[in-house]
Amino acid sequence: MLAFTHLRGVAVPLIEDDVNTDQIAPVGLGPRLNQDYAELLFKRRRVKLDGSPDPGFVLNKPQFARPAILVSGRNFGCGSSRESAVWALVAVGIRCVVARVFADIYRENCLQNGVLPVCLAEADADRFDALVVADDGAGEFSVDLAAQTITGPGGERFVFEIPPMDKQRLLRGLDDIGMTLDQANEIAAYEARVAALAPWQQRADIAKL
Amino acid sequence: MAATLIDKIWDSHVVGRRPDGRDLVYIDRHVLHELHAPHAFSKLAKAGRAVRRPDLTFSAVDHTPRSTPGRTDRNAKGEVIELLAAMREGSKRNGIRVFDLADAEHGISHVVAPEIGMVLPGSTHAVPDSHACTVGGLGALAFGCGTTELEHILATQCIAMEKPKRMRVRLEGKLGPWAAAKDIALKIISEIGVAGGRGHFIEFAGGAVRALPIEGRLTLCNLAIEMGSRTGLIAPDDATFQWIAGRPWAPQGAMWDRALATWRALSSDSDASFDRDIVIDCESLEPQITWGTDPGQAFGISGRAPDPASAPAERRAALERALDYMGIAPGEAIEGLAVHRVFIGSCTNARLPDLEIAADIARGRKVAEGVNALVVPGSAKVKRDAEAKGLDRVFRDAGFIWGEAACSMCAGANGDHGERGERILSTTNRNFENRQGPGARTHLVGPALAAAAAVTGKITDVRKLMGGAA
Ligand code: SF4
Repeated sequence: MLAFTHLRGVAVPLIEDDVNTDQIAPVGLGPRLNQDYAELLFKRRRVKLDGSPDPGFVLNKPQFARPAILVSGRNFGCGSSRESAVWALVAVGIRCVVARVFADIYRENCLQNGVLPVCLAEADADRFDALVVADDGAGEFSVDLAAQTITGPGGERFVFEIPPMDKQRLLRGLDDIGMTLDQANEIAAYEARVAALAPWQQRADIAKL
Repeated sequence: MAATLIDKIWDSHVVGRRPDGRDLVYIDRHVLHELHAPHAFSKLAKAGRAVRRPDLTFSAVDHTPRSTPGRTDRNAKGEVIELLAAMREGSKRNGIRVFDLADAEHGISHVVAPEIGMVLPGSTHAVPDSHACTVGGLGALAFGCGTTELEHILATQCIAMEKPKRMRVRLEGKLGPWAAAKDIALKIISEIGVAGGRGHFIEFAGGAVRALPIEGRLTLCNLAIEMGSRTGLIAPDDATFQWIAGRPWAPQGAMWDRALATWRALSSDSDASFDRDIVIDCESLEPQITWGTDPGQAFGISGRAPDPASAPAERRAALERALDYMGIAPGEAIEGLAVHRVFIGSCTNARLPDLEIAADIARGRKVAEGVNALVVPGSAKVKRDAEAKGLDRVFRDAGFIWGEAACSMCAGANGDHGERGERILSTTNRNFENRQGPGARTHLVGPALAAAAAVTGKITDVRKLMGGAA
């Protein structure tokens, strides 16, 4: 997994609630094995209802051509479990999302890909959103995960909370699967125990037993 | 100590604690599908890791195949759908059984897993798909997961997770005519919101839940994710056990008796406490329909669209956008709006009883001029059962297309989709902008309202069409 320590760059305001995975990375009418995830990012939000390009959509604006931080509202990433909705962010360089609340599966998918999900305290969040909107892509924000801060272009500092467990995962870029495989003995012991106690859980074709 | 059903299943599946503090929760059955399996297989191969339990892992073919009668595994250009080909190859390499198009067990994974007896009460289940929660209707704890988590489960047969909070939603009262599980679910989402269950697992309980047939319980749990909850479940009861008994993969004989004895303990203790406990009154609930672009923007069929002008300032823009997208005027009645497409299908509402309700309405009627109406059974078995009852004839005589099992127009990933500006009544679970095609306008409904719209060509109160009694 990708580690996350620091990030510097432009913050994109998409301050809406319930931005869902169908918006972030639509499945498309003919999904492919090798997608261009950058092209997928907000693909349908980039056009108007009539299908023509929407110059008003924030990610179409030239100052946000190289985004680093996405700033959104409540329940960001609701909808599907598909991880492409995180890969699409990473593909354009977005490694941090600031939102009021994240959908559960989406948040986990962020952590799995070295994307930092930040929730600010409610009062700070209002100030931060206003700052990002006012800045409009002019300056650089910087994120320091170890210090748990985001600093605005003018030096405004915002401190955020993150569960220590998630912080460590991101900072160290740990290989989750490798870690679990170190506990293979425990898994085997569990399997043996259940095979005796509740054999129907350990055999898919239990009817044939 | 008093425990909730969620705790009981979780605790009995904890393999150990990871150094980072998360629990390792054992996954009893793991079902893949073609949108995500190929990526996980290739990452696994690159890391030189094996699938730990190919015998507990299965591959479903559901998101990409066409649903048109006579379909094959080819796309419009005549090539084998590449994601399908990649999943088949990876499954073969790893010794995983594929429920392929021609197999008796083919269909949408969330429909197939319960109906063959793969998922059992008190077990854990994972699918790289957010609607994995469907099988909670049998009293199983099910997790939708992303691609990296999928890879983790393949390699370890465990998911690493912190135990979420527990929430109970008690549903009381007797539903009104033509209202069913989908209507209860939409009612819940409209009350608690699309993020209302976030951070929680939900147990659905109460008289209205007990009264639901098992298929209805699957429908209700299917929509737990639209409440923001990663999973939802219902304590199993005699109706559940009866429903499972005799299914091809269910335990039999002495093993059944043993399993049943443990399943009977699967309920929340009466003094167990939940982090959140709410009651929703479903007395005389009328059939529900969404008017906007998230599943929480729903109301009864007699409802009128909200007026953004009278909404709180911070909600105004979102309401305006939703109404604009949906082509509905503020305050406009939902009933009577012209409908272009009807889709009856998906893991939400494409089991046999759903099709029976729709067929009751379609029988002896005709799909209205200009309406494209599609019925897609949730699995090959649902299709066989429906055909044995002659439902396919009813639908085809009325002018519906009778499709082959697949996700079909639910997410449009197989090429079935609506056109820009078209109004669609759909028995699926997401009415997000562009979900069923760029610019397509989706109203989520149960099968009764969907069928009523198909035969009248407009959004219709099924109670008026069919008389009050269900
Ligand atoms: S029917 Fe729809 S919601 Fe269900 S698994 Fe298929 S695409 Fe997902």
